[in-house]
Amino acid sequence: MAATLHLEVVSPEHLLLSAPVEMVVVPGTEGYFGVLPQHMLLLSTLRPGVIDVYTGGAISERYYVTGGFAEVTGASCTVLVDEALPLTSLTKAFVADRLAKAKAKMDAAATEEDTRRAAEAIVNAEAMAEFAV
Amino acid sequence: MASLKDLRVRIASVQSTKKITSAMKMVAASKLRRAQDAAEAARPYAERMERMLSNLAGSTSAGGPPMLAGTGKNDVHLVVVMTANRGLCGGFNSNIVRQARGLIRELLDQGKTVKILCVGRKGRDNLRRDYRNLIVDTVTEFGRKTVQFSEADVVATKITDMFKAGEFDVATMVYARFKSAMSQTPTRQQIVPFPVPAKESAASAVYNYEPGDNEILASLLPRNLAIQVFRALLENAASEQGAKMTAMDSATRNATDMINGLTMKYNRTRQAQITKELIEIISGAEAI
Repeated sequence: MAATLHLEVVSPEHLLLSAPVEMVVVPGTEGYFGVLPQHMLLLSTLRPGVIDVYTGGAISERYYVTGGFAEVTGASCTVLVDEALPLTSLTKAFVADRLAKAKAKMDAAATEEDTRRAAEAIVNAEAMAEFAV
Repeated sequence: MASLKDLRVRIASVQSTKKITSAMKMVAASKLRRAQDAAEAARPYAERMERMLSNLAGSTSAGGPPMLAGTGKNDVHLVVVMTANRGLCGGFNSNIVRQARGLIRELLDQGKTVKILCVGRKGRDNLRRDYRNLIVDTVTEFGRKTVQFSEADVVATKITDMFKAGEFDVATMVYARFKSAMSQTPTRQQIVPFPVPAKESAASAVYNYEPGDNEILASLLPRNLAIQVFRALLENAASEQGAKMTAMDSATRNATDMINGLTMKYNRTRQAQITKELIEIISGAEAI
């Protein structure tokens, strides 16, 4: 049995996952990074992407996240996500709906801030489309 | 003297009121359970966010961004008043509004400028009478079923935008902290600039920041604000249901008392009428 680290995936609404894992790959703002036990202390922001959870030498769970923060200590990895969806629930119809909504928001945007946020939502929905099943 | 028919009608009406209040009590009880669960589920995120923030704030060089360090002024205050959208929950809304009024008066006495952001229809309705021109905005679209994070985010975004536009220096939330179904305490909490939780000395290890610590802090702070708002909304939702449950419980009890009293009066009146009729018959018979 390989060494494990404790992974926690937390969204504002609830605790999604809290379990010992062998490795986790997190979509950091400056690129995907893998976290193994005894990783150095790290605090990173996340970009839209997929978290891969490895147990028993294979990917056991995959979550799509829209953004958030990851805190890594030697023994644990805490991921605070804005929104996380198990990859299996990410359907094409769902993504298309998200994209349409984001585009509608873009059209309705009045201020600069609104425009920036809508653009973010579009980027997010497009990134999601890559992983849709 | 009320007639028998009047009394019957009143008893029937109180009975149907009682049915309504006891149904509302049941509904509030089940909603309360749901709201409490939601508040509990949101706790881990807030805790970890706090830990990260205290780590970060400890390591950043002097001050940090204005959301943490303040604008250096203390002139314009934003008061975020969180109430329910609906009434019929005892003193819940008025307690919060009273707390808010106290705060507003204090600030005005100190010669500060006050702006009010109302979250919830009841707060706006109450404050509108005295502070109409201080209310800058109202949010009433929340908590249809349970409080969603996206709804809290709308409020937080509003606050962040206002802060960035330099519209206020200090923001304080007023909401009811949930203690139990019987008691909820109206509370003030400062959210901008955010008071950094005390850092535990053991966690002073040096972190690597990706990208820089200031960038992380810049995105962490608005998020933290949203979390604080979310937490307050959840507490408020639980408090509202708790207060509603208690209020409806005592309303049901009052209705029961009232029905008992009215039934007694009804029976007495009926008996009096029968006696009166008997007396009339007897005295009529005697007269012959």
